[in-house]
Formats: sequence, C-alpha cells, structure tokens
Amino acid sequence: MHRLMDWHSDILSIRPPIGLRPRPAGSTPELLPELSTEIRAILETVKDPEIPVLSIAELGILRDVEVQDDMITVTITPTYSGCPAMTVVEEDIQTSLADAGFSNITIKRQLSPAWTTDWMSPFAREKLLAYGIAPPCRTAEAGKTPSCPNCGSAEVREISAFGSTACKALFQCQHCAEPFDYFKPY
Amino acid sequence: MANANNHATAIQQYAIRLADDALILGHRLSEWCSRGPFLEEDLALTNVALDFIGRARMFYGYAAELAGKEFTEDDLAYRRDTREFTNALIFELPRGDFAFTMARQFLIDVFNLAFLTQLQTSTDPQLAAIAGKAVKESRYHLRRSQEWMQRLGLGTAESHERLQNAINELWGYTDELFESDALDAELCAAGIAVDLGKLKVAWEPQVREALSAASIQIPVDNWQASGGRQGKHTEWLGHLLCELQFLQRAYPGLEW
Repeated sequence: MHRLMDWHSDILSIRPPIGLRPRPAGSTPELLPELSTEIRAILETVKDPEIPVLSIAELGILRDVEVQDDMITVTITPTYSGCPAMTVVEEDIQTSLADAGFSNITIKRQLSPAWTTDWMSPFAREKLLAYGIAPPCRTAEAGKTPSCPNCGSAEVREISAFGSTACKALFQCQHCAEPFDYFKPY
Repeated sequence: MANANNHATAIQQYAIRLADDALILGHRLSEWCSRGPFLEEDLALTNVALDFIGRARMFYGYAAELAGKEFTEDDLAYRRDTREFTNALIFELPRGDFAFTMARQFLIDVFNLAFLTQLQTSTDPQLAAIAGKAVKESRYHLRRSQEWMQRLGLGTAESHERLQNAINELWGYTDELFESDALDAELCAAGIAVDLGKLKVAWEPQVREALSAASIQIPVDNWQASGGRQGKHTEWLGHLLCELQFLQRAYPGLEW
C-alpha cells in the first residue's frame, strides 16, 4: 500500500492531520512512485464541475488515495452537505481512472474532518482570482469583506448571501460597479 | 464504538428523527423556488433548502447503514406515511408568507446552531461528524435569518405586522423542540444525544433579545402544540408528503 497524498502538501498550505500508515512489508516501493505519478496526473484532470478552473485536489475535496495491489481507493469529502456536484465528481473520478485502464476503483465519502476553505492553497486562490471569483479569506477572519477581483477595490457590498452555488455569495464593486462571486470562507 | 453497538436501534431512530426535521423543512423551503420575493432571496431560500436536504440525506444514510441495508435512505424519505414521520410540528407548517418563513427559520437556526454544536461532541462518531459539517451551515443560515428579523421588524408597518403575526403563530410550536422522551433519555445517558433541557436555557434569551431588538413582542398566551415525535401531525404533513412522495408512490422504484 502506498500513500499518494504527500504530493499534495506542496499545494495545500494547511492540511488536516492525516495519519500516515507505515508501508507494509513486502510491498514494492520502487514501482509505486511511478504508479502514483500516473494516478496523480489523472486525478489532477478531475475538475470541480461548478468551478472548472480548480481541480478537486486544489479544492480540498480529494482527501486520500490508497493503492493496494490493483485496487485504488479514492477518499473524498463533500464541500456543503447538499452539494449536488458530489455525484458528478464521483463519476468523473471513476471515468478518468477507467479511461486510463484502471478497473478496480472504490470511492469513499468521508465527513470528518469537515471540509474547509482553509485547505485551499495560495496557488488555487490565485487561480480563482484570475477566473473572476474573489477567493475566500481565512475562516479565522470570516467577517472580512473581499476585494473586487476586477479592479482590486476594497469598496464592495454584499448583494446576496448566496450566489449561483451554495459555496459563493454575490457582491458588487462600488468602484467599478462590476458584480462578482465571492467564494465564502467556510 | 461500544456505544453504537449497545444503542444501535436507538441511534437509528434518533438519526431518522433528525433527518425528518431536516427533510420536511428542506421541502418547505424548496417550495419557494421561483416564488422568492426577489431573485437573490429566491437563490438564498433554495440554497438553504439544499443544505437541509443534504443534512437529511446524511442522517437517513446513517440510519440505513445501521439497519444493515434493510432499507435505503430513499425508502425512508419516500415510502413512509405521515404517522411514521417523527419531525417536530414546527417544521411541517405551511410556508406562509415570507415573514413567516423567515421567522420560523430564525427560531430554528438559533436552535440548530446550539443543537449541532452539542452534537459535535457526541460519543457516536458518525453523528458527531455530520454535526461538524452541518454546524457551519447553520452558523451562516442564522446570520441571514437574524438580519431579516431586523429588516422586517424595523422596516415598514406592514413588514412589522407580518413578522409579529408570524411569531404569534409560531411561538406555541417552539416548546416541542425541547421535549425529551425515552429515546432522548437513553441516548443522553450514553453521551450520544443532545441534552435538550439545557439547550432551552440558551435558546430563549437569545431569541428574546434578537426579537426585542427588532421591536417584536413575544406572545404571552401559553398554548403549546406537540405530538410530532410520536407521529401525531398536523393535517399539513399529509399534503406535503403527497407532493414530496408522488413519483415514488406512482412509479415505485423509479430511478433517474
């Protein structure tokens, strides 16, 4: 068995504690890194269906991958309880791994620790911003208002507590008048 | 996990009870879809509905898992009749006008935030995990519903009157939220369920303070409705289930 989540640590600035299990004796570690690179590249292509600029790894939905013999177990966590995108995410994981020739795939849903936007890396936040969505601030500063992703002005107002999806709120810039989505700190 | 083994049936019933509360309120909120007073509120109401339906799925899913696949989460939602639902009555009351919907939401959001905060410390790991997710949503729900209490209560004469009427009508249904029965007692003793008696002590002053800041009076008359936990419901639940369960009743086992 081999853990693949270590590659994650460079893009995730904060990780919840994931207990690393020791590699069992008898496994062939020299072959696994190659396999892990391949699986990692495949899972990197699975994007969030609502925010296609971010992969499920960058969003923190992807929690863990285990490979044991020919079996791959992918652990994911839902963002919001009722997020309708989760089923699509599961299907996309299945399809992308199946397309690459893997057949023995199990997807586990894990609730705890509860998903938080604090798992989003600085890199992912920059991608969101470039996409036109104001990235979440740290949950510790949840009252803070975002800056306009269009002109950078801090003079913004909340139009709606909920936007096009549960994870976003709708804001408008008072300076350039542009309405924009804010990814809520959560 | 010793707790789970000793109390599996009770935990299953408890999870179904919490799921029923969430599903019925989620359905009531979803009725606002395309009928919101304006677009942003339409989105907000339906997003909150989604949170509650998601919560219901997690609790039903857990109950089904404990029952060892004897039934599924869908069986619980779509194939039980009114007398088998154990939600408290406040959740099933018709959505009323916008003031009524938001007043109910506020009373329930204050309750849920306190309830879920406690449930996070449950000795049952799955109930604690579900609560850990849902509590974040309730925190956000309360922020919005409490703002609406201010806006409606201090808004126009009409908005104030409508909110006051809503609180008058709802108040007698709030007591049931804190009623404990044998199931609560058994699970409370094992550290699994939330001690409802303690919650009321925190709930009431918080609600009174927020409503008083919105210049709304708490009704003085003392009637209290109850019975939901025993499956004794208002006539409104049957009407709600007719709509909610129509497809599975007309075409049993239908899948997407």
